[in-house]
Amino acid sequence: MKKLSTFTSILAITAGAAVAEGELNIYNWSDYIAEDTIANFEAATGISVNYDVYDSNEILEAKMLTGSSGYDLVVPSIEFLARQAKAGVFSPIDKEALSNYGNLDPVILNIVALNDPDNTFGVPYTMFTTGIGYNVTKVASRIEADQIGSWDMVFDPKTAAKLADCGVAVLDSPSEMIAPALNYLGLDPNSEDTDDLEQAVALMQSVRPHIRYFHSSQYINDLANGDICVAVGYSGDVLQARDRAAEAGQGVEVAYAIPTEGGQVGFDMLAIPDDAPNPENALAFINYILEPEVAAAITNYVYYANPNTLATEFVDEEVASDPGIYPSAEISAHLFSLKPHSARYDRSLTRAWTTIKTGQ
Amino acid sequence: MNRAPDIESKLPAGQFIGRILNRFGFRGRGLVIAIPTLWLLVFFLIPFLVVAKISLSEAAIARPPYLPIWEWSDGFLSFSFNFGNYMFLFEDPLYLSAYMESVKIAGVATIIALLLGYPMAYLIARSAPNTRNLLLMLVILPFWTSFLLRVYAWIGFLKSNGIINNFLMSMGVIDEPFVMLQTDFAVYVGIVYTYLPFMILPLYANLVKLDPSYLEAASDLGARPIVSFFTVTLPLSMSGIIAGCMLVFIPAVGEFVVPALLGGPDTLMIGSILWNEFFSNRDWPIASAVAIVMLFVLVVPIMLLRRAQAAEQEAAS
Repeated sequence: MKKLSTFTSILAITAGAAVAEGELNIYNWSDYIAEDTIANFEAATGISVNYDVYDSNEILEAKMLTGSSGYDLVVPSIEFLARQAKAGVFSPIDKEALSNYGNLDPVILNIVALNDPDNTFGVPYTMFTTGIGYNVTKVASRIEADQIGSWDMVFDPKTAAKLADCGVAVLDSPSEMIAPALNYLGLDPNSEDTDDLEQAVALMQSVRPHIRYFHSSQYINDLANGDICVAVGYSGDVLQARDRAAEAGQGVEVAYAIPTEGGQVGFDMLAIPDDAPNPENALAFINYILEPEVAAAITNYVYYANPNTLATEFVDEEVASDPGIYPSAEISAHLFSLKPHSARYDRSLTRAWTTIKTGQ
Repeated sequence: MNRAPDIESKLPAGQFIGRILNRFGFRGRGLVIAIPTLWLLVFFLIPFLVVAKISLSEAAIARPPYLPIWEWSDGFLSFSFNFGNYMFLFEDPLYLSAYMESVKIAGVATIIALLLGYPMAYLIARSAPNTRNLLLMLVILPFWTSFLLRVYAWIGFLKSNGIINNFLMSMGVIDEPFVMLQTDFAVYVGIVYTYLPFMILPLYANLVKLDPSYLEAASDLGARPIVSFFTVTLPLSMSGIIAGCMLVFIPAVGEFVVPALLGGPDTLMIGSILWNEFFSNRDWPIASAVAIVMLFVLVVPIMLLRRAQAAEQEAAS
């Protein structure tokens, strides 16, 4: 049995990313880094980077809990980092090795420390909100003006029905769809109460016939091409879709709204798996990301705010003044953040999500 | 002086190795059987047992994400099998309907593939040898491109802002785009398109062997072509039909890529459910139980396929 497990672990290692000196294997969200960040890092350090992408926290968690992923650096959202850290899948961050750690905004470090005590396992990478991306012309011709930018577009069956023909997409993530549904019902988005969950499920089921698909990244291209007209999505992703649509010049205009009823604010964290083959290179990369110009370049490209206080002066004026990227104080008051789920609630939640998705 | 080593050194390498193996009690027959047996053991039986083991455990937030099914403490080896995963599959109607739906989609797609594939295979088998090779080449040619890319190409055809809708709208046939992508229709198109060659090839192999003198005899006895097709050609090609249908049906039941890329939320196929259990729900034990049940659902058609193959071999000998 021992021999067999050694054999399978060899298989697992060779099946994962390559292990060698001077390499770094990064697993990050899709469309989540500037075009030249990796190339610049490689030129500056001589480390060669293998870069893979995913589009949901659940998929990342599946890989982390499998183990031997071969990745040196991953980017879970804070509430998922907290859960996985309990399963012991991350190495503590060696802050002494990060000369740029002091550039991080202490306010944001304190917020994420609520879920990651003493900021042990994660370094904040970006801040995002979850809201609604929409096709301006198609939506305006179908629903009332005061409903645009409201969760009604997704959660009110009558309104969603009017939008169904031009295509409504939602995230394929139970945690990030049930929380706004609870919030829309006037309940606590972090509630683990069974009755609350049932109400949220009933709400989702009432609008499900009008949902074109459940997917967490496809909406970027589909919004930009005019293949769908409404998507629940991440702020920066929708704003990237807006730019792609403008570049394509096909007359598609995309806008992003943090819904008036409030939306989720979240943080994605740089973390190092405990079985990372090249943890020093991962630290070198984190330190590189913490340089103000590098962090600003990423924000300017992906439209996600960064937690780097020194980076702000390098962020483009139009990015810094975009309320979709840096929400105003008034909007921020309506934002909520997610807490890690208990194992028990997580199971009811994923079961409920399967029921919603499959329409059974 | 012993000259034996010299003789051996002049033997071809293969025979030399054979002799050495013989000396240690290995025989050719044993070796020939041992290699595929070992292959099946390492790549089929052991993974199957691993999956079966996980299907009896309990999910947990840990690495790996399930609890062990045996425990050794104070000299006691205790097992705890969790059959709850299987019971859950039967309690929740989702899984039964997903199995039924997969079988339905695969079945309908198989019938469509048969209706499309039979005339094609017939035409290829009846054409002149040179044309025949060219036509066969055309059937096989798509395999030179990745399956994933070919399915992706269908997205470009079927989407709201895609080639078909744009063409129809520019011709003035329709005003608003047809919603074709993310529907069951797109899944049927994808599956039939993907598996059609697996229908055509065994049918062709069967039809090309059909002796034309049977048809001549039928015609001499007064049968019209349509009658001789249904009384002679069709029954004789039955083993080809079964082989083709099984080659399409079996992989189509567990198909994941086509429903994932072309299907919508209403497309309920067991391949997608399996992916969902594993990646979205991170529930390995349930995912394993689904996989094990799927294996048993597929055993029946596989048995049918083997029977058809055996019948064909008998007919050939």
